[in-house]
Formats: sequence, structure tokens, C-alpha cells
Amino acid sequence: MRFELPSLPGGSAGLRAELRAFLAEAGRDWPPAVRARSWMGFDRDFSRELGARGWIGMVWPKAYGGHERSGLERVVVLEELLAVGAPVGAHWIGDRQSGPLILRRGTEEQRRKILPGIASGKLAFCIGLSEPEAGSDLAALRTKAERVPGGWKLNGRKIWTTNAHLSDWMIALVRTSPAPEGGSRHAGLSQLLVDLRLSGISIRPIRDLLGEESFNEVTFDDVLLPEDALLGQEGAGWAQATEELALERSGPERYLSSLPALTAGVDVLRDVPGADVAVGRLVARLNTLRGMSLSVAGMLEAGEAPAQEAALVKDAGNDFEQRLPEQIRALLEPEDMPEDLRTLLADLTQLAPTFSLRGGTREILRGIIARELGLR
Amino acid sequence: MRAIILEQVDRLLAAQSGAAALRRLEAGEWPEELWEALEGLGLPLLLVPEELGGIGLGWADAAAVWQVIGRYAAPAPVAECMLANGLAAAAGIAPRGGFSSFGQTAPFGRFAAQLLLEPAAGRLVLHAPGTAMPGQNIAREPRDAMTPGALLAEGALPNSHGPRALRLGHALLRAALIAGAVEHALALAVDWANTRKQFGRALAKFQAIQQQLAVVASEAAAVSVAVSAAARAVDARGLEGASFEIACAKVVAGEAAQTTAATVHQVFAAIGITEDHELHHTTRRLWSWRDEGGSERAWAGEIGRNTLAPGGAALWPNITARDIS
Repeated sequence: MRFELPSLPGGSAGLRAELRAFLAEAGRDWPPAVRARSWMGFDRDFSRELGARGWIGMVWPKAYGGHERSGLERVVVLEELLAVGAPVGAHWIGDRQSGPLILRRGTEEQRRKILPGIASGKLAFCIGLSEPEAGSDLAALRTKAERVPGGWKLNGRKIWTTNAHLSDWMIALVRTSPAPEGGSRHAGLSQLLVDLRLSGISIRPIRDLLGEESFNEVTFDDVLLPEDALLGQEGAGWAQATEELALERSGPERYLSSLPALTAGVDVLRDVPGADVAVGRLVARLNTLRGMSLSVAGMLEAGEAPAQEAALVKDAGNDFEQRLPEQIRALLEPEDMPEDLRTLLADLTQLAPTFSLRGGTREILRGIIARELGLR
Repeated sequence: MRAIILEQVDRLLAAQSGAAALRRLEAGEWPEELWEALEGLGLPLLLVPEELGGIGLGWADAAAVWQVIGRYAAPAPVAECMLANGLAAAAGIAPRGGFSSFGQTAPFGRFAAQLLLEPAAGRLVLHAPGTAMPGQNIAREPRDAMTPGALLAEGALPNSHGPRALRLGHALLRAALIAGAVEHALALAVDWANTRKQFGRALAKFQAIQQQLAVVASEAAAVSVAVSAAARAVDARGLEGASFEIACAKVVAGEAAQTTAATVHQVFAAIGITEDHELHHTTRRLWSWRDEGGSERAWAGEIGRNTLAPGGAALWPNITARDIS
């Protein structure tokens, strides 16, 4: 594996300043509950505001509503949004992976139809991967699309789909032909663009341990999809979905999810014995993870597909963002915490288990790293 | 230039290093033949500017060389000599031949031809080695208490290197050596896991082993990135200007050293504990080097105090303000 620090583009300090000025105003009243949810938080108005300012779809061609900025400038924007726990969930998936996938694999018509909507913050995407019988073993998925006159007929069920109940589109990985006898289960899978308003789709929110509805079960019952629902090549779904992973796994959201707790903690830890060393260890890791994540961003910008490096960044980042709230908690008794910090920690404690589940479990990621090492 | 030197060092150490050489080194023998070969490559003068007769490469190049040396468990104290000569040259002191060491507790001080000290902020003095009271770290590398001899030369460092250049340079050096040692320990463990069979299959087939070594790979990447970032910052802003990045590198390196040593010993089991096996040359150095040049506790304390003083709102802006574009 290879990590090489990129240089950030010249204008990035100015771009950061712009973001900070905007966020100081927009985020003035975000309560801890919003900051703790960060990129899980879904706020269409906020996403539209970011879209209007040119901070979504930044690297895409202008013809599709993009802004033709560099990938590293985009990372500057992501970092600033996440550092303050901005509620960016309504456009996050579209900007990070659905849009880039459509840009790379979609038809001209699909690009024109969808990308401007994502870039303006108006279209929200979700990812249809997990199924009741296919979690980490994703290739066991059973949702099926058959060719019918004029398009596809979709049947099956997706589960744990974050924000499906609030989204407009899903990119679903489904089986479009049976796996060859004795062959790879990865064959015969395709990605489909599913308009979630179509009839035959029912979306049932699943209440989570916080008592909230953030993920869903999505059932497809003879859903008729148009011909152009197929995204990319029929049967190449596994490869296409894998291609997305380098985009999905290495971004700053993989280590910054609980940063607001450190920011708030630093304000009250100054005179706590031992806090200097504990905070110093966290900051050393934070700065190093940032370097690792930026290295992958630099490789993506150079047109490489660093899937293994991305898996490593996600695993190391998740470990950090899960440890962070615990480290703060180890330094202060709850009654000595300001209300804001106490609420942040309460929410982050309950959210933290998801960090090493979403986007590939710790065990799957470490398996990928191990294979890259030559084990197995 | 860097790639050529790295390849030369790698080739030389692959040929002239190994468990036997390390055993002789730990028994107190000076690696004369290897040292001559390293001098032949010009390594002691790598950080010395060309006008003072050196190679004139930068800190990022030096750190990359140190990482290679760490992969071979540092069979000669050439990294230390590079640092001493490089800093002396930065203070205008022309390099002399032979092995240069540094500090009151000097690495391989008994073999030094000269000793570099930083008696006051930003001021460097070069002494004849004087007398050395022998000592060693837990890797059995000589760490000798020095009573310096005659003053040979003195000079002042440029402001960018600040008032504690030797300590910062030493921290970066140890972190870079650890980066290489972690890589090597991981490579040994991967090889062993693929070879050793239990319950009828290679250890590498066990998910428990895979998952543990994946964590070491992650630590290897972290130290390597932290060291590159620190060295690049020194090239851009001098040692004091890079103190945050160096501190980060030493903290991450120290943490990675323990995670790595503990994990690879677990994977190797009893054979890895034996004197005969080469593993301990690397793991004992990991345990030694994390304490030298400032422990992770010392450097984390500095980072923490500098983070706590300005408060939470400054945390993220202070990190991004250090970006090098």
C-alpha cells in the first residue's frame, strides 16, 4: 500500500475562509443533537443552500451542474462541513458516490437528468446494498430485476438503508441474471437507478436505539422500472459497486464523525490532570488520519483507484472516532460537563457503534487489508 | 536523487546486515566494514549542504533513508551521524570525518570521533568525544554518558530551527526508524503466518490472525504518513516550525511501536521469544526507540497543552493552518 501526501491547491485557504464565514452564521444555532449526527443529519434546506453556493458536485463538468473544481478543493469543503458537524446527509451520498458513479458509468441522458439535481442540493440519494440475508456477505443478495417489455420488473427487499424514507433515488445492486453454475456469485449483478416514488415500493422506517427513524426496510413488489434504469453495464454491478468503495471509504467523514466532542471537550479540559497527554494523543491521531485521508484523495485525483488504502483509512478512522468520546468521558465526570458536551457525548455514545458498521464492517475492512498483505 | 540513494542503502543493508551483524553490534562491536560502505555512499553527509562538501539533500530525503535503515534494525548508527552532521552544518560547522554522535547520553558515544551538543537555545557546539561511561538501551545499543573533551567548533542555528533543534531532530529520527522497524516486523509476521501451519492450515488462514496483522498494517501506514508529514514540514519551516508535526509523528510512532511489538510476538508465539530468532532485534528496538527523543507521553503533553490553551474553536483551524501548498 502506498500513501503520499498531496499538496493542497493554492486557493484552498481562501476557500476554507469562505466556508468558515458561512458556517459561523448558518451553524450558530445547531444544537448538540445536530452536530453529533453530522453527515447522518438530513436537512434539505441546508443542502440547497450549499448547492446554491457551488459546494456540491464541485468537481463535475459545468454541463451537468458541476463547477469543475479540483478533488482536493472538494475535500476542503467536506472537512470544514464535518469539523462543525453540519447536517449534510441530504446531499452527501449523491455528491460522494451516486453522482460520480452516474458521471462515470451513466448514459448522457442519465447524467443530464440527474446530476444537476444533485449539484443543486435538490435530489437526495440512498444506497441499496444490504438485504435481510445479505449483510457483510453482500454477494448473497436476492433482490431481482427481470427484463420485461419496456424495462425491468424489480422484486425483493433492501434493509438498513439510511435515509431511504427521505430520499428521492436509490442506486440498488440487484441480480439481473442467475449466478453461473459453479461460477462467481459476483456475475449477473447490476446497478439500477430506482425512482423511489414509483408504485410498488414501500419504505418502512426502522426505529433505531436512539428512538429515531434513520434507516429503513425498502420492499420492491413488482416495481416497473424504465429501460434506462440500468446504470452502467448489465452484469457489471459488482465491479461498479466495488469501484465506488474507494470514494466511499476514505473521505474525512470516516474520522471526523465525533470531532465536535473534542472541540467542546477542549474548552473544559484545560485544568484537568492528565488531559494534556490524552488530548495530545487524540490530536496526533487526528492530524495523522487527515494526512492518510488526504493521501487517498490525492490518488483519486490522479485517477487511481486505491481501494485497499481507502479500506485502511476507514478502519483506522473509525477506531479514532469511536475512541474519541470515550477518551473525553474518561477525563470528566458527567456532572462536571457543560450541558452541550454532555448531550454530544450521550448521542455520540449511542451513534458510535454504527461507525464501524456503515460502509463496510471493521471485520470486512481488515479482511481486505489482510488480503492486500498477502495473508489468506 | 532520493530514489537512487534509497535503493543503494537498501541494497547495501540487505547485503551486509542481518541477525549475525546485529548480534555483533549488540555485543559491543563497531561495524567497521559496513560503516566504510555507508561512508562510501556519502550517507553521513546527506544533510550537509554541497558547499560544505555534503550531498545537500533535505529532511524528507533523510527521513526516507532513516525509514529504510529502521527496516534493517539500524545495523550501524548512521542515522544518528546524519543528524549530528546535518545540524552542525546548519549551524555553519563544517563536517569532520568519522562517526559523529550527539547528546549527553550519546548513541554509540564510545565510538564517536566527535560529539554535538546544544548547550543553549539555538547554539551548537562540537566537542572531542572525551570519556564515555558505557550504558545501553534495552536493544543493547550503546547509550553512553559522555564527559565531553575539547571544544572543536561552535555555531548558531538559523531561527527557523528554534531553541531545541537537537531534541526535535532526534524525535524525528526515532519516529522514522520506528516507521521502518514496524514495516519489517509486519513483513516478518506475514511471512511466518503464511509458513507456519497449525490445525492443518497456515496461520494466515485464521481470521483472528488476519485481523490482528491488519491493525499492524494500519499502524505502519500511520507512522509512515506522520513521519513524511513531519519531514516535509521541516523542509518547509525548519525544525521548530515543524514541532507540531514532529510531536505527532513521535506520538503515533510510540503507540505503533507497542501495538506492533505485542502483536507480532503473539503471532510468532514461543519461537519469537528465543535469542536465536531475529524478531527480537526489531522488537527490542521498537521498545527502546519509543522512549528516545522524547516519549509519546512527553510529546502528547506538548500537543495537548498547545491545544488546550487556545480552546476548542482554534483546534481545527490550527491544524489546517499548517497545510503546505
